[in-house]
Amino acid sequence: MKKGLKQRLVPYWLLGPGLLWLFFFFVVPMYFMGELALYSGSLKTGFEFTWAFENFPDALSGHEEQILRSFFYAGTATVLALLIGYPLAYAIAFRAGRFKVLLLFAVIAPFFTTYLIRTIAWKTILSDDSPLVGVLQTLSLTPGDGRVLATSGAVIAGLTYNFLPFMILPLYANLERLDLRLVEAAKDLYSSSRTAFLKVTLPLTMPGIVAGVLLTFIPAFGDYINAELLGGTGQSMIGNVIQSLYLNQRDYPEAAALSFLMMALILAIVLLYIRFAGTEAFMGDEDDAEAAK
Amino acid sequence: MSGPARAWAWLRRNALPIYAVLAVAYMLIPILVVAVFSFGDTPKGKLTFTLDDGFTLDYWRTMLDIPELNDSLMTSLRLAAFTTVIATAIGTAMAIALVRHRFAGKRLANLLIVIPMATPEVVIGASLLSMFIYYTFALGFTTLLIAHVMFSISFVVVVVRSRLIGFDRNLEEAAADLGAGPWTTFRTVTFPLLAPGIISAAMLAFALSIDDFVISNFNSGTTVTFPLYVYGVSLRGIPVQVNALATLLFLVAVVAVAIVLFQQRRAERMAAVQPEAEADGLIPLPGTAAAQ
Repeated sequence: MKKGLKQRLVPYWLLGPGLLWLFFFFVVPMYFMGELALYSGSLKTGFEFTWAFENFPDALSGHEEQILRSFFYAGTATVLALLIGYPLAYAIAFRAGRFKVLLLFAVIAPFFTTYLIRTIAWKTILSDDSPLVGVLQTLSLTPGDGRVLATSGAVIAGLTYNFLPFMILPLYANLERLDLRLVEAAKDLYSSSRTAFLKVTLPLTMPGIVAGVLLTFIPAFGDYINAELLGGTGQSMIGNVIQSLYLNQRDYPEAAALSFLMMALILAIVLLYIRFAGTEAFMGDEDDAEAAK
Repeated sequence: MSGPARAWAWLRRNALPIYAVLAVAYMLIPILVVAVFSFGDTPKGKLTFTLDDGFTLDYWRTMLDIPELNDSLMTSLRLAAFTTVIATAIGTAMAIALVRHRFAGKRLANLLIVIPMATPEVVIGASLLSMFIYYTFALGFTTLLIAHVMFSISFVVVVVRSRLIGFDRNLEEAAADLGAGPWTTFRTVTFPLLAPGIISAAMLAFALSIDDFVISNFNSGTTVTFPLYVYGVSLRGIPVQVNALATLLFLVAVVAVAIVLFQQRRAERMAAVQPEAEADGLIPLPGTAAAQ
C-alpha cells in the first residue's frame, strides 16, 4: 500500500518537538562549549575569541593528577560494582523465586532518595565518630590516622555505592534471558560448575557486562559529588575541576576545553560501543531491531 | 553428617541467596540511616552520629518550619511538575514514532536520544551554561526547566518504547474492524493500554528532575531547588528536618511505585499481553529496557 505524503510525514511530526529540543539544548550547547574553549582572556580583561587551541593542551597538562585519579577511581569503582553486582544479579535472576520483584525493587530503592542525601548519609556512616569506623579501627583496617572520611577509599566506596544499580540492572536484564539449558548441557557433558560458568554463562552475559561497565564508568568518571563530600583536598576528580573552573574561578575557556575533551572521550567510547552493539543495547530490545528490518 | 558439616553444606547451598540479602541490605543502609536519624534527638538540630539523647518526633512535626527548605521544595516540585508534563508529552510522541513508523533518519534519531543518557552530567551542565553565557541568558527557573526537560526526554522515550514493543497490535486492529476510527482507537484502546508505561515514564521524569543536582548547579542562577538547598546547608550542618522530609518523600515514592506496579500487572492481565514487565521495567535505566 502506497502511503501518501501526509502519512509519511507523521513520524516527523511526532519526533519533531523532541528532536528539536535535544538539538537546541544538547547538540548546540556542545558547539558553544567548543567555541568557548577557543577564547582567551580572563573575567577581568574580558574574553575574546582567538582560536586559542593552546587551551586544550593547557587544560590537560594543568590537571594530569585529577584526570589520572578520575580514571583510577571510576575504574576501581566499576570493577567493584561488577564484583558486587554480578552475583546479586545472578541470584535475583535464578534464585530469588517469588522474592524477585521485591529484590529488584530494593535495587532501585536508592533512587527514591535524593542522590545528594544518600551520599551525605554515607558521609555520616563513614564519619570519625560512627560505629562502623570504630569497628574498622579495631580491626586495624583504617589508615594510619584512623580516619576513613577524606581518603581515596571513601570516594571509591561512594562511587561504587551510587552507581551500583546501573551495573546490576543491565546484568540482570541479560542474565534473565540466559537459556539455562545451555548451562545444563555443559554440565551433562561433564564440565564442572566453574568451567560451565566460565565457558557458557560468562561469555553469554558479556553484553550485559559491557553495558553495565559503561553505564557505571561514565557517570562515575564525570562525578564530583562523591569526591567533594567524601574526599578531602587530595581526592578531587576531573569533575571537581570543571565545576570549580566554571562556577568559582570563572575561567570559562579552560573549563570549556576540559569539559569538551571529556565529552570527546566519552563520545568516542559510546560510539564505538554502539557500532558493535547498536543503540538497542542502551534503550530497547532486539524485537525492535528485527521489526525494523 | 555431623552438625558443623551439615551447617557448612547448607551454607554452601544457600550462599547465593544469603549473599543477595546482604548485598540488598548494603544498598538500603543509607536510606535506613536517613530514616533513623530523622528521629534522633540532637542538641543542635543538626545531623550527627549520636543518638545519646534518645528519639523524638520533633523534626517530623517541624518538617515544614524552615522557610528556605520550604521554598526550595516548592521550587523543586513546581519544576518537576512542568518537566514531567513537557518531557512525557514530547517523549511519548517520539517513542510512538520510533516503534510504529518506518522513516529515513531513524538511526540518527536513536543516536540523538541515546547519547545524552551516556553523557556525564557535568558535561551537560557545563555545555548548557556555555550557551547561556554566550547569549547572556538570565539563569533561573526557565534555564532549569530547559535543562531538566532535555535530560528527561531520553528516559521517557526508553520507558514508553519498551511498553510499546510488548504491545498486542491485534487489539487495535480489532477495534478498527469494529468500526472505530483512528482517533477513537487511540483513545479507547491504545492509550489505556499504554497508560501504565506513560505513567512510569512520567514518574521517572519527575524523580530525575527532583533529584538533579549537578546540571541544576550549573544553570540555576539564584533559584534554589531542594538538592541545591541540601548542598548549601551541607557545609554548615544539615537540619534534621531534611532527613524527615527525605524519608517522607521516599515513602511516597515507594507507595506510588507499588500502585503503578499493581495497575500495570492488572492492565497486562486484562490485555493478556505477555507479562514482560517486572519491577525493572518500571524504572528502566538505560540498558535495562533490554529485559523486556
